[in-house]
Amino acid sequence: MVEAKKLIPIYITGKKYLVPNGLTIMKAMEYAGYRYIRGCGCRGGFCGGCGTVYRFKGDYKLQSGLACQTKVVENMYLVQIPFFPANKADYNLDELKPTGGTLLKLYPELARCVSCNTCTKVCPQDIEVMDYMQAALKGDIKSAADISFDCIMCGLCAARCPAEIVQYNIALLCRRLYGKYMTPKAEHVRTRAAEISEGKFDKELSNLMKSDVHLLRKLYNKRDIEPEESKR
Amino acid sequence: MYSQDMVDSINRLEETRKKRIKQDFTLLTSEEKYNLLNQFHPDYKKGTLRELRIGPNKGERVINEIANLFEAYSQIDPNNFDFSEIDHEVDVLVIGGGGAGASAALISQENGANVLLATKLRFGDSNTIMAQGGIQAADKQNDSPPRHYLDVIGGGGFENTPELVNVLVRDAPDAIAWLEDLGVMFDKEIDGTMITIHGGGTSRKRMHSARDYSGGEIMKTLKDEVKNRNIEVIEYSPAIELITDAGICTGAILYNLETDEYIIVRSKTTILATGGAGRLHVQDFPTSNHYGATADGLVIAYRAGNPVIFMDNIQYHPTGAAFPEQIVGLLVTEKCRGLGAQLVNNDGDRFIYELETRDAESAAIIRECVERNKGIETPTGMSGVWLDTPMIDIIHGKGTIQKKLPAMYRQYKRFDIDMSKEPLLVYPTQHFQNGGIIVNEKTETKIINLYGAGEVEGGVHGRNRLMGNSLLECIVFGRRAGKNAALKAKKTNYGKLTLQHVKRYHMELKQANISKDCKSPMLLPDYRRKETISRMIDI
Repeated sequence: MVEAKKLIPIYITGKKYLVPNGLTIMKAMEYAGYRYIRGCGCRGGFCGGCGTVYRFKGDYKLQSGLACQTKVVENMYLVQIPFFPANKADYNLDELKPTGGTLLKLYPELARCVSCNTCTKVCPQDIEVMDYMQAALKGDIKSAADISFDCIMCGLCAARCPAEIVQYNIALLCRRLYGKYMTPKAEHVRTRAAEISEGKFDKELSNLMKSDVHLLRKLYNKRDIEPEESKR
Repeated sequence: MYSQDMVDSINRLEETRKKRIKQDFTLLTSEEKYNLLNQFHPDYKKGTLRELRIGPNKGERVINEIANLFEAYSQIDPNNFDFSEIDHEVDVLVIGGGGAGASAALISQENGANVLLATKLRFGDSNTIMAQGGIQAADKQNDSPPRHYLDVIGGGGFENTPELVNVLVRDAPDAIAWLEDLGVMFDKEIDGTMITIHGGGTSRKRMHSARDYSGGEIMKTLKDEVKNRNIEVIEYSPAIELITDAGICTGAILYNLETDEYIIVRSKTTILATGGAGRLHVQDFPTSNHYGATADGLVIAYRAGNPVIFMDNIQYHPTGAAFPEQIVGLLVTEKCRGLGAQLVNNDGDRFIYELETRDAESAAIIRECVERNKGIETPTGMSGVWLDTPMIDIIHGKGTIQKKLPAMYRQYKRFDIDMSKEPLLVYPTQHFQNGGIIVNEKTETKIINLYGAGEVEGGVHGRNRLMGNSLLECIVFGRRAGKNAALKAKKTNYGKLTLQHVKRYHMELKQANISKDCKSPMLLPDYRRKETISRMIDI
């Protein structure tokens, strides 16, 4: 890491540290001397483990982001949320119906949504969280699944929700219901799995397993490649 | 924001785009590929490997950073360890909370086992959750498991373990069906047909995806299911040693990272699903891996006497981010190339066909930057080549990137780069541990009652893994391990708890004159500054 010249003050849980401008919050914390146990997972914006809230001196607005994806700014007062106690319903997906009734039965608090849009404003993935909550409330599981797809379950929406809803767990339920019940099953996958268990490829595979490198190399080099433009 | 030099270079790239779009590029022959790798792949660099002085692979050459961990003492003193209070007694202990661990836990429980899953970070923090591109399975009409087999073994340099490849390709369609039944939202046509594309080294389009959150979607679903089934999970508690009794694994010692206590787990069978080694930063390469990828499972299995395979070899993902500085090393998914983005040098020219295997792509990029001096330099002195992502929208229509690569698009947007209009600067990043502990097709290790699944286990990918076969490996081998470990547990009684193997290993270390300061597993990397560490006081 090449360190930028300029050092700026940031306040980690209220304590001042000078860190190079341009670092992410996560790298700035490490520069300051912190070694992570909690609050650091994939370091790449995918795991949702480093939700952070911050505020600037003299500014009323509470802001948020992922520590691994947000650059430090001068006079940032920040704290990471190491864990958020979230309500998650227990269910057996095989016994559920993909309806709005199912959502409300498992998460009755869904009806408490007051459409304040705080969840959307806080989302580091820029997901229209309130829109998918409203879709869920209307029983539109498809839209809820679609809109929430990029959710990384960082918990920031749930932490700010005045109705105490855990949006991301409801979204996950919607996606699982949609994936399982609301799109046709991929028949070709099941057909192939059945062919395999019936032994259709046994001989060919066992021949390959017994082949020496020379033969394998020959077969590999002369195998045809499906053209990029082909339909399926 | 790109520097002026970079903007000038982008102008050259835009000028050649029209010509490049129609340009044919031939695949390398086996011989050309061999020469390219030999000259430019980091694995072939002098001084990368060293001979192991102890353990089951003594005398064989492995990556230095791995050897450092193997040639090291336990974090605990085996002569002075108190086993009198056992914290957990379970049928199956699963170590690791990624895709392989979660799959193993689910299937173990389905087969009647009482399961405990222990993981170093949060449940789900893993390389699985970061996997964007997809998961392979030969389930289309024009495809077949034998074709998949040939692609895997050719990609791996024809050295893969045949029994493991056989299992990988055979179980693949069923693994996809299982995930679909669990509610994973795969990309599909309206009639339910899976949308599949190419990956590097595939001869058929068999990459299944869930937008570019494929691993994330799978991991979130598996984690939800583990919770629904009330499987006990202990977070922030990595395994620091296996427990054995005369060559049989009888449990593991966990370490609570937050209280510094150890936790004793007695198990009938144990599944290692601890993932890979990216955070060792081999040869100081950046990495695409999650924070906990420090090869812990390899170390404790090796210490218990299980040999490893192909640990002289690392997969560098050809397209790690080289700019901006904040995200150096993070992955730019191979799906970009699958969708038509080309690799382009500082002159605006292509230099390799984009869907070669990863080792060849990486070597070609390094050649372009290091030998031919046709890389593009960043303000912080790093060099890289362009990945011409705007071509994706040109080929497939405006909006394709935002629809098919939302995670990538967002990642760069955060740093003010619009990848649908500007290319991305890339350079190889440490990505995958091709090798690992030796297991058989039942996922059994050489240590009785110890199983291995996922990235920790080696052989299936040979010396180079293809995109989409790692998520597949997690699910296929995770499920196999889960089933076999559960069935074996039914026929097994709890064993004696000893650290005989650690005592023996310590003797070997002493005889080889290895310093007692070397300890492993390392559990987490340390990114604090030297200045900070030098001023620390231990109170």
